[in-house]
Amino acid sequence: MSEAREYKYIGRRTIRPDGFDKVTGRANYGADLSLPGMIWGKILRSPYAHAVIKSIDSSKAEAHPDVMAVVTYQDYPAVSSGGFEPGDGPTDLCDLARNILADDKALYHGHAIAAIAARTEAAAEEALSLIDIDYEVLPPVMDVADAMQPGSPVLHEDLFTKGLAEQPEKASNIATRMELKKGDIEAGFAAAEVIIERDFYTPTVHQGYIEPHATTVRYDEDGQSMIWCSTQGHFDVRASTAKLLSMDLGKLKVIASEIGGGFGGKTTVYLEPVALMLSKKSGRPVKMVMTRDEVFRASGPGSATRSTVKIGAKKDGTITAMQAKLCFEAGAFKGSPMGPGCMTVFTPYDVENIYIEGYDVVVNKPKVAAYRAPGAPQAEFAAEMVINELADELNIDPIELRLQNAAKEGTQTVYGPKLKAVGLVECLEAAKNSPHYKQALAENQGRGLAAGFWFNIGGQSSVIINMNPDGTGTIVEGNPDIGGSRASMQLMAAEELGIDVSKLNPIVADTEHVPYSATTGGSRTTFATGMAVIEAAQDVVRQMKERAAAVWNVTVEQVDWSDGVAINTAGEDRLTAAEICQGADRTGGQISGRGNINARGAGPSFAVHLCDVEVDMETGKTAVVRYTAIQDAGKAIHPGYVEGQYQGGAVQGIGWALNEEYIYNEDGVMENAGFLDYRIPLASDLPMIDTIIVEVPNAFHPFGVRGVGETGIVPPLAAVATAVSDAIGVRMTNLPCSPPRVLKAIQDTA
Amino acid sequence: MTKTHVTTTINGEVTEFLCEPGATLLAVLRNELQLTGTKEGCGTGDCGACSVTLNGRLVCSCLVLGVEAEGAEIGTVEGIGGIDKLHIIQEKFLEHAALQCGICTPGLIVSTKALLAENPEPTEKEARYYLAGNLCRCTGYDKIIRAVMDSAEAMRGDA
Ligand code: FES
Ligand code: FES
Repeated sequence: MSEAREYKYIGRRTIRPDGFDKVTGRANYGADLSLPGMIWGKILRSPYAHAVIKSIDSSKAEAHPDVMAVVTYQDYPAVSSGGFEPGDGPTDLCDLARNILADDKALYHGHAIAAIAARTEAAAEEALSLIDIDYEVLPPVMDVADAMQPGSPVLHEDLFTKGLAEQPEKASNIATRMELKKGDIEAGFAAAEVIIERDFYTPTVHQGYIEPHATTVRYDEDGQSMIWCSTQGHFDVRASTAKLLSMDLGKLKVIASEIGGGFGGKTTVYLEPVALMLSKKSGRPVKMVMTRDEVFRASGPGSATRSTVKIGAKKDGTITAMQAKLCFEAGAFKGSPMGPGCMTVFTPYDVENIYIEGYDVVVNKPKVAAYRAPGAPQAEFAAEMVINELADELNIDPIELRLQNAAKEGTQTVYGPKLKAVGLVECLEAAKNSPHYKQALAENQGRGLAAGFWFNIGGQSSVIINMNPDGTGTIVEGNPDIGGSRASMQLMAAEELGIDVSKLNPIVADTEHVPYSATTGGSRTTFATGMAVIEAAQDVVRQMKERAAAVWNVTVEQVDWSDGVAINTAGEDRLTAAEICQGADRTGGQISGRGNINARGAGPSFAVHLCDVEVDMETGKTAVVRYTAIQDAGKAIHPGYVEGQYQGGAVQGIGWALNEEYIYNEDGVMENAGFLDYRIPLASDLPMIDTIIVEVPNAFHPFGVRGVGETGIVPPLAAVATAVSDAIGVRMTNLPCSPPRVLKAIQDTA
Repeated sequence: MTKTHVTTTINGEVTEFLCEPGATLLAVLRNELQLTGTKEGCGTGDCGACSVTLNGRLVCSCLVLGVEAEGAEIGTVEGIGGIDKLHIIQEKFLEHAALQCGICTPGLIVSTKALLAENPEPTEKEARYYLAGNLCRCTGYDKIIRAVMDSAEAMRGDA
């Protein structure tokens, strides 16, 4: 990593190459493809949160003149339980199969039971009511605390808690218990002069992408079946669907449409294996699009949590012990982000004695999906709230308290590695020096600050750069562009090749045209796929030099490459990239570079957020009046889209802190499954979101890049809740800080 | 069900279609006329992804029936800017990186154009309230508002 390197392209705010299509409406998203002969699929969903499915009779639906296929769980080849890694973390294939269409039990309101394909969308919808299902309704369990009770209704008779000293004899709703520790927690608390312990609650929330899940598919008995869909990872859609339908990977092509938001929620499959089975049975292409109601009830969401955090410190601010118990709702099937929650909860702090226990618990809600830094916002919310209370208790500025205990290079994490160079201290200093922190607060206003950590991941990425005979290049990558990543790939390729961005065209290829690339998630794309771009570009440069050497009859070592031009160091000769490409037919054929990597060394990204709110004491309504998001990007490839990630993460977090929650009735039915009642932030709810990009280079990336997409949603929960608490003088430990809750808190203390 | 014959003008072109009585204008635009630039985020009037103009008025096309287009002038994103020249609003959205995934963008471009036609000099607050019906989950609105304010200034400068 040469820190002195001067960049020509990196750091520029270029116009994104896919921008024209996206501002003119030409870009094609999941629901935008129609095929000749296409019919429509619809899903019948469970009206009960918990019920045994005794029988399904679809004969009347099948007799409907417009219905061309009906599909249930029974239509799929039997799958055996066992982990496989299609996307964002391991998935149990059995669970996946039983989530896309229920087997003998409906496990949440909205759980898919059967699917119909008919000539029109309206006919498919209408025919759903012709399917007769005999249910035996069971009591639902809707809260992690209830689900952990010994007498609670049990969702899965075959679920036995993992991670206990002794294998339990009875099935329960606790899928896994895990423990992480460092040092001696008892000694840590014994050494403390102040100890604070609090309980916290965060609700079920949705990723809230504006584009519903959508797919158009065509099954082909002999040849190549095709899936077009909105996904963060089309290779993983291929893997999951091929497994469920028992197909060879090579027989299934998945094309990633443009994607209208995902935030982790489009890292799994819901519709695709169902649509493909409907297509197989009907012999016609099938299109399926979820309604918003279905998106809320049957996709996502993010885990609700109950947690307890206990922190001990000396009077001088030295933290001596940190302890947490984190209980995560997984939804209907095991696999909440409890693990990453445990691993991130205290990582911003360099503390000797830590003890963390985590529980992954099933409840009668939709199976949770990844949501931006999965697990970290809920866990770190609890930790940061206690840190802020500790700062008040010790009468130490919250930034100073954090600086005093901040994780830095060499800090031993509780989950394994020692941290390399990280930017937490730099973010805290930037917060301290920001104009925001110096602003005075007005009446009924409060301020909150919180830090946040997320690991980021690397993983497999594949890139091909095909040089064209006129010297332009096509960058072929396999990662759906969810927030401007094509622009970053273009900038990195331009930097490495010395060829102008305008001559390089990045495309997101389908599963047939580029080797496997892991899902766009974990903030990995600019980091890992960026590394693959750099490697492919270096491969192109190597070939360019070889061709020039052949033309000049010198050795490759005698050829330099600078600014897209080959230079003969043994003479005066020059050949531009365009000239070499034009003459490629005479020097050995066309030039194409490859970068197929499994990237290691993703640099973690830390952030610090500052939030000022004003609370209306009459109504309990909170307005965010000032907000600053500060985060380490390692190196910002396209600063505009880096800022965009900070702002978007901050605002999702603000929504989580202030308004968003699934509201269930006593039967386990969600009562606010629409954007009117599940209120995500509007333009009129917000101020400008100021950003500060800190750059502490990641030593493992040629340009120093760290992923930036996820960390930004971690600090806002505690930053906002602390600001509200500061304004009203009551500590808000349960989210969201919605007007009724805040008003009640004000009234209870009055 | 008997379909109704509808004659309307879309982006200045006279257009005819057959329509089920219950079909929304959004469904007609997207599924019958293949004008897929107008997006569906909710179908219940809550997200603004389906924003179009109907006789110059900004509406959610998911809340308008296809048959209501009879004799009307419809404006969609496909009628704003194009191959030869983008509209200033479109240029400003690109310049300010005001889109991430881009699914909200067509609706926001249509709404911003309607805003600036009504109020060429909006304050930030007015812009935020006018666009409150257009949800964006990716950007936090900061860059969108900057693009809108900058468009307003540039369009006033052009006039
Ligand atoms: S689709 Fe019309 S407002 Fe959402
Ligand atoms: S850019 Fe994704 S919803 Fe606005």
